[in-house]
Amino acid sequence: MAAVDTTRPATRTAQPLPQILARSVERVPTGWTSWVTTTDHKKIGIMYLVLTFAFFLLGGVEALLMRVQLAVPENSFLDPSTYNALFTMHGTTMVFLFVVPILAGFGNYVVPLMIGARDMAFPKLNALSFWLLAAGGLVFYASLFFNPVEVGWFAYAPLSTGAYSPSGGVDAWIFLIHLTGISSLVGAINFYATITNMRAPGMGWGRLPLFVWTILVYSILLILALPVLAGAATLLLTDRHFGTAFFDPSQGGDALLWQHLFWFFGHPEVYIMVLPAFGIISEVLPVFARKPIFGYKAIAAATVVIAFLGLLVWAHHMFATPSPDVVLAFFMISSFLISVPTGVKIFNWVATLWRGTIEFKTPLLFGVGFISLFLVGGITGVFLAVFPVNWQLTDTYFVVAHFHYVLVGGSVFAIFAGIYYWFPKITGRMLSESIGRWSFAIMYVGFTVTFLVQHSAGMEGMPRRVYEYPDVGNLALWNMISTIGSFMLGIGVLVTVWNVTRSLKKGAHAGPDPWKANTLEWFTESPPPANNFDTVPRIRSVEPMKDIRRQVERQSPVEAPRPQPAPEHTVTA
Amino acid sequence: MRPTARHPRPRALLFALLGALGVALLATSPASADLLSPEAGPTENAQKIDTLYWIVMAVAIPIFLGVEGALIYALVKFRARKGAVPAQIRGNTRLEIGWTVGAAVIVIVLAVVTFAFLPAIRNPPNSGPGGLDVQQAGLTSSPVVESGAGREPPVPPDGQALNIDVNGLQYVWRYTYPDGDDNPGNNVFAYEQMVVPTDTTVVLSIRAQDVIHSWWIPAMGGKFDAVPGYTNATWFKITEPGEWDGQCAELCGRNHANMVATVKAVPPAEFEAWLAGKRQEIDAANQAAAQQREQVEAGRPPTEPGG
Repeated sequence: MAAVDTTRPATRTAQPLPQILARSVERVPTGWTSWVTTTDHKKIGIMYLVLTFAFFLLGGVEALLMRVQLAVPENSFLDPSTYNALFTMHGTTMVFLFVVPILAGFGNYVVPLMIGARDMAFPKLNALSFWLLAAGGLVFYASLFFNPVEVGWFAYAPLSTGAYSPSGGVDAWIFLIHLTGISSLVGAINFYATITNMRAPGMGWGRLPLFVWTILVYSILLILALPVLAGAATLLLTDRHFGTAFFDPSQGGDALLWQHLFWFFGHPEVYIMVLPAFGIISEVLPVFARKPIFGYKAIAAATVVIAFLGLLVWAHHMFATPSPDVVLAFFMISSFLISVPTGVKIFNWVATLWRGTIEFKTPLLFGVGFISLFLVGGITGVFLAVFPVNWQLTDTYFVVAHFHYVLVGGSVFAIFAGIYYWFPKITGRMLSESIGRWSFAIMYVGFTVTFLVQHSAGMEGMPRRVYEYPDVGNLALWNMISTIGSFMLGIGVLVTVWNVTRSLKKGAHAGPDPWKANTLEWFTESPPPANNFDTVPRIRSVEPMKDIRRQVERQSPVEAPRPQPAPEHTVTA
Repeated sequence: MRPTARHPRPRALLFALLGALGVALLATSPASADLLSPEAGPTENAQKIDTLYWIVMAVAIPIFLGVEGALIYALVKFRARKGAVPAQIRGNTRLEIGWTVGAAVIVIVLAVVTFAFLPAIRNPPNSGPGGLDVQQAGLTSSPVVESGAGREPPVPPDGQALNIDVNGLQYVWRYTYPDGDDNPGNNVFAYEQMVVPTDTTVVLSIRAQDVIHSWWIPAMGGKFDAVPGYTNATWFKITEPGEWDGQCAELCGRNHANMVATVKAVPPAEFEAWLAGKRQEIDAANQAAAQQREQVEAGRPPTEPGG
């Protein structure tokens, strides 16, 4: 907080003023021990982001291998067991090792800064969360050298029981579930404790940034849903090794029990993966539209309602099972209901852009891409909720397209918005706008080319999880288009990887608040010092930085306007 | 980068995307209608599902166009310009209540429509006049060997349907036909290809022997999971001869992709001839097996009583 403008009159208030001028970026200690032993939420957050992004690239390579196999009918590039292992690892990696933990990574880095805290509530538990995640990933990927799991990320019993999958791959998967599960649980408790107890003075629940709202709800959902999965995975483990028969119908067990337990976790998991993405979008859009978020309370309330309803929709993954019609009807209606708060959020985001002055920076592009793609995933979700229609669409490429629109078009695009938005805060450097734009354009087109035609492939009768398909109808055409698109998507991701690596050294100095943003993380330096804040201002609205900038303007003499904060593109080197 | 090029570029990108989308839609519209909807063969349940799908589509398209249109309009119209001032609006309670209620009304309407369609999809009609008379043909019994929990096979109003037992096992579908007696051991069975009579209500009991499979012939309606320990059920009544392919739709192991199925509809007389032929085949095979057994037993010393 040292940069003092000498033209400014003596301070008329005890309120701290934001640092205005960009300075050179301070070197932080980078020895490997400083990372291994750290309990600093920012370092842990960075390690989360880097590790999970590495898993994202691994999962992406697995996806591309599958797309190569499916490019032409009756291909023999991969054998069935390799293909089954690939889609299992792809799904497991993307869910348990990428989307959920990278959101924890953003949460780790940003939440304490957003609420004006100096660290998380339990810094050592925070480090434990990260290392358990790393251990889970290690255990799971080590199975590559033995017998990788082949039963899908959902591991339906009885296929996953010892009689049909005797190899250790399923056990490695169960181990991953436990390790990443404990990691997420510990992390969720940490977030909950931090957000409820460590907010800046004046930051009531009505002034909590929307991203923090979503991380809070994410944590609650994790605490409610994960123990069910942990229990189910333990039952599976005892079925496999200790002679129990929870899922074996020939001994009085029940094969549908696994599905109920798995999806009781699995559907909240979808909202665990998408609600913080909503939060990122709710932070990014108002900043670049230069307009307050439209309907703050409605968006926060919709988050809570989605989480509540998200616990009541699990059996819509089971519409084709022999369940009574009344059960199917209940889960259709609950799934319909969840589309209402989700729709409200989309309307609110569009209304946020309405009558703003939209600056087309890369985070905004990804945010807008998110809205346009997530909308498609939301609408196809309504088709899937109509259970007689679901009987035709479920377990086909239509569903594959649907949830990739939600999880890639939704979560991943929001994650990229978050990367471009917070990279200046994390590193003190700007990412290149022009490379970012290219990355967005290639990813958007690549995504659409990959997944739009998969709806049609599914409706033509192509089921999921098949390593080959016959040359009937248009399947060969759809799959070739899809494969081409997937490589474009991959290139688009690599362009951002390149952007990140080059901007670490060459990026323009960001200064504390390059976007003129609304929330408190932009009050401190970029990157923030170890203690985050020397002083924490009193919070008077949901946009504390806007208040602070206004106050600075008010206190500045009109005849001598202050220099514009943050000369955004002063390229050094 | 030239500052003047900054704003037109995203707009150009958007228009290019829109154009590409439009061209793609135009190019695909002459193709089959199944490009945009599920398959629906000549059976009423599949056609009702298709109709229901199109009703949802009719609701979805205006919402899609409306929201994407508003989004694109906002991006073009409200991009940052010199002198433009962002409106500091924090919300509009009436508007927000309006679209919440509107969304709720839409999903309520969709739920009502679904319930209106459900009976015609779930409940089979009577066989047509040109169909097989199962009573006369002596195919009234149910071939289900063991009935688990789950869904009872539906019964048409006149109670006359051809009940076929569909059993999923790694990696083949086995069909057992009824034969009028209570012994399930002597019934006609077939693998992979299911032959059925046209204009006849065919009710399937679907089960699995090992892991979970899912019965799916796209043109014959939705898929129904075959879960060990449970019985699932569906039906179809095919109005014209033909052959329709499908395959297992639930991951069941390494050869999941090759667990295929075909439904072949033939006129009732042909069906009865096929059934009789199958029975002869099976009887001949049984006789051959019995002969072999006799030979084996004849070659052995007589068994000790009480041994």
